[in-house]
Amino acid sequence: MSGIAVSTTINGDAVEFLCQAEETLLDVLRDRLGLTGAKEGCGTGDCGACSVIVDGRLVCACLVLGAEAEGSSIETIEGMADGDKLHPLQEKFLEHAALQCGVCTPGFLMAAKDLLTRNPDPTEEEIRFGLAGNLCRCTGYDKIVRAVQDAARVMKGA
Amino acid sequence: MAHDASYSAHDFKSVGTRPVRPDGIDKVTGRARYGADFNMPGQLVGRILRSPHAHARIRKIDTSKAEKLKGVKAVLTAADLPDLTDGDVAFHDILDNCMARGRALYDGHAVAAVAAIDARTAREALKLIAVDYEVLPHVTEIDEAIKSSAHVVREHVSTGSVDPELNMPPNTTKRSEFGHGDIEAGFRKAEVVVEGSYRTEQAHQGYIEPHACVASVNSDGTGELWVCTQGHFAFRHFCARLLGMDVSKLRVTSSEIGGGFGGKTHVWIEPVALALSRKAGRPVKLVMSREEVFRASGPTSATSIDVKIGATKDGRITAASATLRFSCGPYAGSWAELGAMTAFACYDLENVRTVGFDVLVNRPKTAAYRAPSAPMAAFAVESAIDDLARKIGIDALELRIRNAAKEGTKSSYGPVYGPIGIGPTLEAAKNHPHMKAPLGKNQGRGVACGFWFNFGGQTCTDLNIGADGTVTLAVGTVDVGGSRASLSLVAVEELGIPYGQVKTVVADTGTLGYNDTTEGSRGTFSSSMAAIFAVRNAIQVLRERAAKMWDIPVDDVVWEDGHAKARGKGHGNLPRLSLKQIAEAAVNTGGPIAGHSEIVADGAGVSFTTHICDIEIDPETGGTKVLRYTVIQDAGKAVHPTYVEGQYQGAAAQGIGWALNEEYVYGKDGRLQNPGFLDYRIPVCSDLPMIDTEILEIPNPNHPYGIRGVGETSIVPPLAAVANAVSNAVGVRMTHIPMSPPRILAALAAERVG
Amino acid sequence: MVEVKLWGSLGASAGGTDKVDIEAKTIGELLRKLAERYPGVQPHVTQGIAVSINGVVYRDDWSKELPEDTEIFLLPRLAGG
Repeated sequence: MSGIAVSTTINGDAVEFLCQAEETLLDVLRDRLGLTGAKEGCGTGDCGACSVIVDGRLVCACLVLGAEAEGSSIETIEGMADGDKLHPLQEKFLEHAALQCGVCTPGFLMAAKDLLTRNPDPTEEEIRFGLAGNLCRCTGYDKIVRAVQDAARVMKGA
Repeated sequence: MAHDASYSAHDFKSVGTRPVRPDGIDKVTGRARYGADFNMPGQLVGRILRSPHAHARIRKIDTSKAEKLKGVKAVLTAADLPDLTDGDVAFHDILDNCMARGRALYDGHAVAAVAAIDARTAREALKLIAVDYEVLPHVTEIDEAIKSSAHVVREHVSTGSVDPELNMPPNTTKRSEFGHGDIEAGFRKAEVVVEGSYRTEQAHQGYIEPHACVASVNSDGTGELWVCTQGHFAFRHFCARLLGMDVSKLRVTSSEIGGGFGGKTHVWIEPVALALSRKAGRPVKLVMSREEVFRASGPTSATSIDVKIGATKDGRITAASATLRFSCGPYAGSWAELGAMTAFACYDLENVRTVGFDVLVNRPKTAAYRAPSAPMAAFAVESAIDDLARKIGIDALELRIRNAAKEGTKSSYGPVYGPIGIGPTLEAAKNHPHMKAPLGKNQGRGVACGFWFNFGGQTCTDLNIGADGTVTLAVGTVDVGGSRASLSLVAVEELGIPYGQVKTVVADTGTLGYNDTTEGSRGTFSSSMAAIFAVRNAIQVLRERAAKMWDIPVDDVVWEDGHAKARGKGHGNLPRLSLKQIAEAAVNTGGPIAGHSEIVADGAGVSFTTHICDIEIDPETGGTKVLRYTVIQDAGKAVHPTYVEGQYQGAAAQGIGWALNEEYVYGKDGRLQNPGFLDYRIPVCSDLPMIDTEILEIPNPNHPYGIRGVGETSIVPPLAAVANAVSNAVGVRMTHIPMSPPRILAALAAERVG
Repeated sequence: MVEVKLWGSLGASAGGTDKVDIEAKTIGELLRKLAERYPGVQPHVTQGIAVSINGVVYRDDWSKELPEDTEIFLLPRLAGG
């Protein structure tokens, strides 16, 4: 089978894969590498459920081709916790019940992590606009915003 | 063993606390498996071909080229799904909706499907299927569909199904009527009368996870289905019946579900996936794209509602009536009936009458959406109530309080109410600081209340006690928003053990008796009742085992604080036995310890809520900003208050989106113009403020802990609360949902002219 | 003998009345006798009828006994979202 050979680093590990030219990074992560934490909610970059961080930049994996990932370093939800120690954002999402169905949660966590990297002390408005690329239909966002605020407090103190 | 379901006061230890949910860690680490996150060995990729026409006769489908494509393992049309519905119209409609039979009835209607070795081949195969369509006239707008000149969507379900003497317009069906008293006499008594006509556009549930399943059917007639659903037992029933399979040979596992809101109570792709698997002889994974979700699943009804309310000058309503038209897609539904029942349910009315009927249109089949039909009816009625208050010259909240239903009120849909929460939620709103906060220029405040029935239904749970004294509670109601946490809390409350000692899981259809779907806000209400009874059965066994361990009569053993204690003469010195000690000894006292329960959980308490909304209008653009939003709702008893708040907030947010933005837009060609999240815009984080909540607890007399369902009711008032706020801000009654910027600009322009 | 109130459309199928007296001890017996007396009611029974007894709605349990001197109201059997 013909395919494009791609070498990447995913969550710190060297990963090589073959993919077709039309396959998205999301297809590759989910269907070839078994990393199903990123979800396909729309396939058009509107919902953010497939958010991953590529070379330090938050992207929708459905808008990136698998072949474009050559040489890049990718962070996904599966690499967010440090072994069995959850990231403060993960802890706070649980504590504040910032998820109901949970399907948008991996995308929100990646987007929130990216937000706090760029802006460790965001206002509520900055959080709301920073996460406006991610859709949640269950929570009304109230508890998500509170969880991010609380995580920011904890991370600043650490 | 039969148990008493009636409420008794409790001094709760666990219920009412806010622990982390048992499935939480999987959901923050990406390990939770949703519909599309599961694979079977040798699985194929399924895809569905959909009609580009709103209405067309299918003359011929030529699948020969697709079948010859290398890698294609099955091509399916309606011919592969023989009609086994045996005259059952409702089932035939489901079958027809899953795969068009001779006629495509809406843009997006499935006409064929393929299973292939990979996505690329499946896509290619769809292009090779040649469908010969004869395009027919269509109608997509509800008010067009009832004009005498309208094209008839489906001859045999149109006016013919209604009493011909009523002389109903074309495309109308399922007429329903509710009310009591003498409506004409009531209006004669009225000193002030308001009338209004209201429109709401079609909205989608908008769950973030598209429909997805993996199906496997074997040549011996057995099968498995992995699927995101609100009700795997109902899905098994539908699929088995449509495909002629034995119910008990089809095992359905509900995946984690990425939102449903009613949309995942209906089968769409699942029978097709099973049929593809049967034909191909291999498992098939079938996942909808977002475009397919919009074009072919969901949505709720578009509506057109007329309301008339009369009152005395001192604000006592003397008569209320409404005519409600709800679109149902191309298949008859009972959507207007729900609107007709709920419209005036918040009020104590001497004379009330509602008439509803469904209207067939060439749009996707209407599906349940959270408190289905109630939000639109409430929008019309609560708008008219505000107009009435203005006309009489009293405060709109005060008018509601004066006319609120209470215990003993004969409801507008028939029965007499027991203890209910409408009065208390209105009083709480009156006393809420939100009502007293000042408003600025271009700002308006709106209040509205809402009602939902709540349901119970068939429920079955298993409680199994492990050899180490930890407990598994297996339930059959799908967890859509944290119910495993609340059910664990109920089980530990009843057992008297710590939260961490119980794990609640959702069992598949092969391992537990039938459970109704998680709909009608029944999940926590019904499964908690069944769980309480299962625990009580298990405690009976635990007492017997302790009695054996002590060699005393079982009547001398009581269960307290998670321990067996001996009571009575001569047992005073026996140290209490923990659950763990009894479980460890179980092998020698009679084997495994379990408690089961199978019930019909009747007596779900009705639910009421009042919302307050502040809005700011930009008169230049017609844009809106929700400044502040407050939800006050009766929960009966909030088992896990954080998740109860979450239900209130999420339902309010959905209602706000519906009120301001969300709308199906069809072109003249009958095709959906906005089948994506970019153009069908649901609220994002920056659109909303924090949503304040106040939980009232008026115990449901028909649940041991007083629990009522909480999931749906708070989507009922927002359309009206937002519309009342916008109307107050712009000074014009808004009568058309959504109140998108063009509609608000038009209203402002009309006001300037007027 | 219990007095049973019918919702509007059901009443229309039962000869235009809004209440009927029926000799019935349980919900099941009530629905059976109602459909025997008014054949037009049968499609509603097939589609599902819920029974409100003193304001408490019973949707499924046909063995539920009907107490005398209470309000018995028939409703369409509904579902939610």
